[in-house]
Formats: sequence, C-alpha cells, structure tokens
Amino acid sequence: MDLIRLKDVHKTYNLGEIDLPVLMGVSLNIDRGEFVALMGASGSGKSTLMNIMGCLDHPTSGDYWLDGREVSRLTARERARLRNRMIGFVFQSFNLLPRTTALENVLMPLIYSKEGLSEHQKRQRAIEILRKVGLSDRLGHQPSQLSGGEQQRVAIARALINRPQVLLADEPTGNLDSHTSEELLRMFQRLNSLDGITIVIVTHDPSVARHAQRIVHIMDGLIRSDADTPRDGGTL
Amino acid sequence: MKGYSILRTALSALRRNVMRTMLTTLGIIIGVAAVITMMEIGNGATIAIQRTMISIGANTLVVVPGAANTGGINYGIGSLMTLTPQDADAIIKECTAVGNVAPIVRARTQLVSGNRNWVPTYVYGTTPSFLQVREWMDLDQGEAFTEHDVRNASKVCLIGQTVVKQLFGGQTPMGKEIRVRNVAFKVIGVLREKGANMMGLDQDDILLAPWTTIKYRVVASSLASANQSSTNTNNTNEVNTLNKIYPEIQQNLYPVPSDTEQADSPQPIRFTNVDQILTSARSAVQIPHAIQQITTVLRQRHHLHISDPNDFNIRDMTEITKAMSSTTELITKLLLCVAMISLVVGGIGIMNIMLVSVTERTREIGLRMAVGAEPGDILRQFLTEAVVLCLLGGTLGIILGRSSSYIVTSVLHWPTATSVSAIVAAVVVSATVGVVFGFYPAWKASRLDPIEALRYE
Repeated sequence: MDLIRLKDVHKTYNLGEIDLPVLMGVSLNIDRGEFVALMGASGSGKSTLMNIMGCLDHPTSGDYWLDGREVSRLTARERARLRNRMIGFVFQSFNLLPRTTALENVLMPLIYSKEGLSEHQKRQRAIEILRKVGLSDRLGHQPSQLSGGEQQRVAIARALINRPQVLLADEPTGNLDSHTSEELLRMFQRLNSLDGITIVIVTHDPSVARHAQRIVHIMDGLIRSDADTPRDGGTL
Repeated sequence: MKGYSILRTALSALRRNVMRTMLTTLGIIIGVAAVITMMEIGNGATIAIQRTMISIGANTLVVVPGAANTGGINYGIGSLMTLTPQDADAIIKECTAVGNVAPIVRARTQLVSGNRNWVPTYVYGTTPSFLQVREWMDLDQGEAFTEHDVRNASKVCLIGQTVVKQLFGGQTPMGKEIRVRNVAFKVIGVLREKGANMMGLDQDDILLAPWTTIKYRVVASSLASANQSSTNTNNTNEVNTLNKIYPEIQQNLYPVPSDTEQADSPQPIRFTNVDQILTSARSAVQIPHAIQQITTVLRQRHHLHISDPNDFNIRDMTEITKAMSSTTELITKLLLCVAMISLVVGGIGIMNIMLVSVTERTREIGLRMAVGAEPGDILRQFLTEAVVLCLLGGTLGIILGRSSSYIVTSVLHWPTATSVSAIVAAVVVSATVGVVFGFYPAWKASRLDPIEALRYE
C-alpha cells in the first residue's frame, strides 16, 4: 500500500492582487520504504510539494492520503500531531537550537510527543539514535562545536527520534562540501535500506539525486518525469 | 505537553540567552523593588505621622464625670463624682480596644520652691501610664514615678519645662523639693518639652505626681464634698493648715447648702473618686470601638438602668483623627499610583523583549512547529517564559527592595516598615504582568506559519 498518495494536487498562493499557481495538478504515489529524490529548478514548486507532503501546508485543491488517511483538510493542530508522529524533517540550514547540546536538540521533538515515555526512556532512545548516526561521542557538544556534517547528522537524529514513517529532507547537503555530502547521502541510504524508512529528498543537484532509487522531476508545478535511477554506482 | 516539560523548555530557552533574560528581568526587578521600597518607606512615613498625631493626642479618649444637677442648678460637665480608680482598672482590663488608661486627679494650687512660687496650669495626680497615653515616655531628665509610688502615695513628682523655668531658673531641679500646699514633693524627673496644645494652653506648665498623693495628701477632699466645682473652693470640712496661711483663698463661690438642703439631696458617698480618666485607643480605627466598650463597662459598673442616662462623658479628638485618617489615605493612594506606574513600565519592558525574542526566534518556532508543536504548545511555552521571567524578577525585586529599604533606614535614618501586603501584591502583580504582557508576543508566536517561520532569515 502507498505511504504517500497525492491526487491532482493544486496549490495557489494568493499574493494580494494576483494569484500565483505553484502546483498545477500533481499526482504522485510513494511506497513504503522508497528513497525518492524530488528534482527541479528553483521556483518549480518542489519545496511547496514537500511542504504539502510534510503536512506543513495544505493543498488548495486535490487529495493527499498519508498512510491511508486523507490529511489535506486537517486543522493546524491535527497536522502538528501528525507531523510529530509520522514525519521527520531535515533542513538545508540544520535549524539546531543554538547553545543547546546535541542530546537536548535530539530530545526536543519528544517534548511534543504524546507517547508518554519516561525521561530515562527518552534519553536512551536519543543516545541510541545519536549512536546510529555516529555521534555517540558528541552528546554534550553544542552546535557551534560541531562541524557542518555533524550538525546535519544531529538534525537527522532529531528527525528520527519519534520513529517517523517518512523522512523529508529539503536540500540536506546544500550547506555541505561534496565529501561530507557523500557521507550523509550514504547514511540516508543506510537508513532507507536497513531501517526501511521512507525518504524523500528535495534537491536541484543531479549528483545528490543519483543516490535515490527514484527521481521525480518537477517543472512549473507539474511532474515532468518519474523514473528509477539506473543502478550504476554510488549505491551501497 | 506536561507542565514540567513546559517549564523545563522555558528554563532552557531562558538559559540559552542569559543576557537577554537578565535585561528583561531587570525591568521587573526594578519595578518590584521600587514598589516595595516605596511601600515600605511610605508605611514608615505613615507610622511616623500616626505617632506624631498620637503624641498630639489623636487616639486619646477622655472620660469625664457627668453633670451634677442639684436644686435646679446644673454644675456642668465634670461636676459629678462618678469615676473611680477602679473604673480605670476595669477599663484597661475589659476593653480590648483601649491601650492605656490613666486616672487623673486635678488640683489648681501654688507650688513653692525656695524663694520662688508658681501656679501651674496643670497639677495632675495620675499613674505612670499617663505618660504612655500622652506619648511622653522619654523624659528630659530622671525617671517617671512607678506603680509602687502610686500605691505608697509617695511624695515624688515630675515637672514640665515651664515649671522648671519658673521655680528653678537655670538650675537643675533634680532631687530638689517643691512644696504643694505645704506637702514637700521631691522632683524625680523633668518632662520633655511639648509646647502648647491646640487650644494654646502650655502643656509644659505641669506637675505630675501619683494620684494617691495628690488625692490624699494635697486635695484630701475625696470623701466629702458634693461635687467637683466645690472641691477646690469649698474646703471648710477639710483639715488644712493652708487655711491659716492663706485665709483669703477660702471664698465660697456657690451657696453652701444648709443641713436641710444636704439632707434633701444626699450625695452617695461610696468611693474615692477621680476627676477624669484619660485613655488611649489602640489605633485610630479602634476609637469608636473603644468608646463603645468603655461605655458598656462603665454603665455596668455604675449600675445604670437602661433608661438612665450616662453619668459620664467620653470625649474624642474627632478633628485630629479625621486629619490623620485623611493623611494616611492620601499617602496610601500616592504610593499605589507610584507602584502601578513602576509595574506597568516593567511589564511593557517585558513585552518588548518578548516581542523581540519572538522575532529573533522565528526559526526556532518554525522548527518546533515542524516537529509537531501545536500552536497551543508554542503559546504556553512563551507564556511560561514570560511568567518565569516575571516571577524571577519579582523574587529578585523583593530582595532588592527589602535591602534598599534597609539601606534607606540605616543610612538616611528614614523610618521604614516591612509591608507584607506590598510583597504579596508585588509578586501577584508581577505574575499578572507576565501573563498579560507575555500573552501578546506568545499569541503572535503561536500564529506563525511554520513554512514562513522556517524560511525566516
């Protein structure tokens, strides 16, 4: 069954006098366990699409089923709960809380969780996830004491803390050098293949998109192409 | 999101920017400290004013005997003999609103010392608590007479400054003798200068002695004469050597009642009477209460029937009391205004910093929303931060306020008084200010669009 199913999604921004259509009928299915790259030039609507998939925004028209549930008409509050439970976000600029340790940063989403874990369980889970992203010796470091790659890995750990179904990454390598980017993308691949987490990466960089199993090209608010990547290299 | 984790989030957010936290808190600290210092100085001032007013006699209640009416002649207030020293004891014992009681026996007579003589305005026989009633405890020299002296009818006295001037010139009167109607009193103390009272009578022109001494040794008329107006003038029944020394003094102003007349209107002779009882209410507000209690006690003691009029009168200092209460009220209102202004200023300071903080932390808010914070969570977090800031500021403000009022007392020697109500009010108000002025920024934060907030530079 599809984890993400978009059907004829439109999104129009109202800029005062004029309406700016960004998405003009996007239909897209993503299966559980897929690793998808959304590609497109800036202004193509890929970020808007990701916001809708991440339940940060709702479509002007069209339907969106997340894990079999129609979510496009939910209220802000219901969407917040859904994000907390189902979706992990990784941003281009990391968005870590300054002057806060890596561990605290990773623990942050749990504050809003309804799972009712004890403090000890929360810490255990955070430490385990930080170990998984290779930062077990950086628990007490603040973002300013970490390299860009390490910061992004903290951000990934934070995205994973609530055990989401889908990880949405918006240009996750945009602020990183090519070597670090490569490492990070391999980590995404590992999370995808070993833990079975569905990953959607938004990027404009073909060398980043190459790491995904499937590349969806977006142009002017419409999907232009949707194909699996040739298994040539850069995989496990 | 539970209370504990909200608080922890708020605290860690505040810890993350210590400088901003401190600056924000400073507004409230100064506000609360100002409130407390002002309230305490104000309270001190109020108490000082009250004390001054009391020394004028604001809380004083004078109980005087009623008017005697014999043979159609009304002798006026104070002419009846109805008050006893036991009445005074009963008043202090039974009237909770009364602070001090002093019975008074008056005499108007000549004082002689060496080759000088003088007739003071007041020659009062009383008890040591007279000085408390009149707020006259700190003597210029010497010590007051004691209850022991009262019991023994000791021939000791305290004299006022005018008497000192008239009888002793520049010399110290301590230990000297003053003869009052041929009774030698030893001067054991000199009263502090008090000046004239509001009627222009010189209050320093006074001699105070134990009432027993004045009563039994000087006036010696307690059991005999019919009323007070004749007490000082009609001394024919007394054994008094002064009759020989000053024969002219014995002039009868009132017709001496014949034996028949006296038999027709017998005066019950039952007690040692005093001329008046001076009492003081515990505080200005208790004056009506004190009057009521004294009335009840005296009516009961005098076995007055419900239909009988009072055989005594109680006078209070309405004018002074009114002046005092209006002054106190004015000060309280003034302080309240100052306090409110300080707190509003502090509160606006908090709101400004919180608004800046919301703007500055737009991305953080966006992030929190992205990971699943509901608008309500964001609202609660920022509100909690504001309230924590205010309570922190309140606490520090209390400490600062208390210590600055302490400094004011010790350095400037201004009177201050701890005001618990000011402390409680300051804390309550600072928490309220936190909620009220923290609400708008918090509400603004919770309304942010997570996408916009995440993109905010």
